[in-house]
Amino acid sequence: MCKSNLLMPESATIQEVVQETANIKTFRITLDDEQKMKDFSFMPGQVGQLTAFGTGESTFVINSSPTRMDYLQFSVMQVGEVTQRLHQLRPGDTVGVRAPLGNSFDVESMKGKDIVFIGGGIGMAPLRTLLVYMLDNREEYGDITLLYGARSPADLSYKTDLDEWKQRDDINIHLTVDVETPDWDGTVGLIPNVLKDINPASKNGVAVTCGPPIMIKFTLMALQELGFEDDQIVTTLEKRMKCGVGLCGRCNIGSKYVCIDGPVFTYAQLKELPAEL
Amino acid sequence: MGRKYIAENDVIAWLDTLADDNLVIAPVAETGTVIYRPYLPGTEVELTNRPVSSPKEAVFPQTELLFSYKQDKDPEHPDRTKVDMKEATPDRSTVFFGPRPCGTRGISMFDKVYNCGKMQDAYYVTRRENTAFVTIACSRPDATCFCHSVGSGPADTEGSDVLLTPVNGGFVAEAVTDKGKDLLASPLFADAGKLEQEANAVVEKAREMLGDPHDFSEAESSLYNLFDDMDFWEEQAAKCINCGACTYLCPTCHCFNITDQNVGLSGRRIRTWDNCMSFEFTLEGSGHNPRPTKAHRLKNRLGHKFAYYPENNEGLVACCGCGRCIERCPSGVDIRAIVLAAKERSNVQK
Repeated sequence: MCKSNLLMPESATIQEVVQETANIKTFRITLDDEQKMKDFSFMPGQVGQLTAFGTGESTFVINSSPTRMDYLQFSVMQVGEVTQRLHQLRPGDTVGVRAPLGNSFDVESMKGKDIVFIGGGIGMAPLRTLLVYMLDNREEYGDITLLYGARSPADLSYKTDLDEWKQRDDINIHLTVDVETPDWDGTVGLIPNVLKDINPASKNGVAVTCGPPIMIKFTLMALQELGFEDDQIVTTLEKRMKCGVGLCGRCNIGSKYVCIDGPVFTYAQLKELPAEL
Repeated sequence: MGRKYIAENDVIAWLDTLADDNLVIAPVAETGTVIYRPYLPGTEVELTNRPVSSPKEAVFPQTELLFSYKQDKDPEHPDRTKVDMKEATPDRSTVFFGPRPCGTRGISMFDKVYNCGKMQDAYYVTRRENTAFVTIACSRPDATCFCHSVGSGPADTEGSDVLLTPVNGGFVAEAVTDKGKDLLASPLFADAGKLEQEANAVVEKAREMLGDPHDFSEAESSLYNLFDDMDFWEEQAAKCINCGACTYLCPTCHCFNITDQNVGLSGRRIRTWDNCMSFEFTLEGSGHNPRPTKAHRLKNRLGHKFAYYPENNEGLVACCGCGRCIERCPSGVDIRAIVLAAKERSNVQK
């Protein structure tokens, strides 16, 4: 056999489960092989395949940061069979992990730039890893702005993180919801509109965005209005995947595979590909 | 090494000796079709008619075990489960006998995906190393054949370890690789001598029977040009019923699914051939589907073979021209006609 079998998961144990929203749970896991956990390295934006044994495998971004390697963190929204089974698992249970897969955010070229994060719903997960990475290397980056939106306040994930980030004076946080509740102190409004109100400077800026397709569509338009060029806009894509290593033929956009050539693309790169999102 | 000769009557004796130390797979006429079966002494091998299925099953089985697992309840914490995994190792030495060159050429296209610098699939690489392909040169192409339009031909040795060319009363044998040389070491083979010329003539005649090749040049740019022309794709896909027969028979189609089969606390993860013509293939958890209609899916299948794969592999078209998809399509979809129509449409638009 080859030295490494790309389709063979590593055994891992769930250390902690955080109920983020009604249908999103965050899993903190460690590889059972201590040496492999110690040697594990990845960069923000890379993904992994999680196995719920007996049900199957699905792809999720590693949303912890490589600067904090106590555990690997994945957030899972319950939408199908595998995610439903994962949601039933508890601390101490075994899952399978194949990671890291795919490319990552270009943290080098973003150095010295003002970064605007724009996340919608579960799309916040891939932004979290990069945001934490940048906060842990704070002096390397310029202004950091986060615009994070969800349907309602109860649909916002990472509330502990948000509370912690709000205490810091080196990150601007804007939270927005479609429908407010009486105790809501953030903005009410759609992400692209709120983005235009915030009016981040495009000069020396990079916008990193992830969310549902309709949000991305209008966010791209808003960013262009604000003067962001195509190569200043970075997004990370999601496709149905099985293998995660460029073989099974599902996630291609033309000749590129989201699993190995992505999931991170600049808008300039996406424009080069056939329009099949 | 010069070419050798084996009498048709001795082929079975040769397979018998090969079957002592190897798993031998050979074509067998069964229920009105020709398919590959494990060879045991006494098996009647079909030497004349081309197998309907492609030889990809040798290195990419229709269903393949990846690993088995067993879940154990922790006696201290009965609500917790631990999992033991056991990796499958496909280590059986195999001689795959009887494909035509078009089929075996497909293996070389798998190599560029499953065993390239970028990616190595452990199961594939192991099977590939353990398998020798003994290919029979084509002496009578069908009306659906177009290997000569995609850079191949009746005696293409791409992917093969041995090439047998049928001559009167037997086969002229050529070792393509070292693995092939070992297979021809049997005393059942004699020097081909003048029969080489007869073999060359057989191949030449097959080439003539194929007629003029189609001009598929510029297929890549044409398909890219037409990517957003959904009227064209809807017209081309109108007949298609999304059955996927083309994908299962195709020697180069390499898409797969991975699923778990669970019985109680034990189970196995398997890889199975999948079909890009089905709606579910790209259906996402959210309900979104990037290829929602059969026109999108046919476009992707054509695009993969004649544009995307070539773009990633120095222009090599991922179609070997075997014509299985044309011959067996229940609704008469013809991949040749679609590529040619795409070229024409693209030229008109320019």
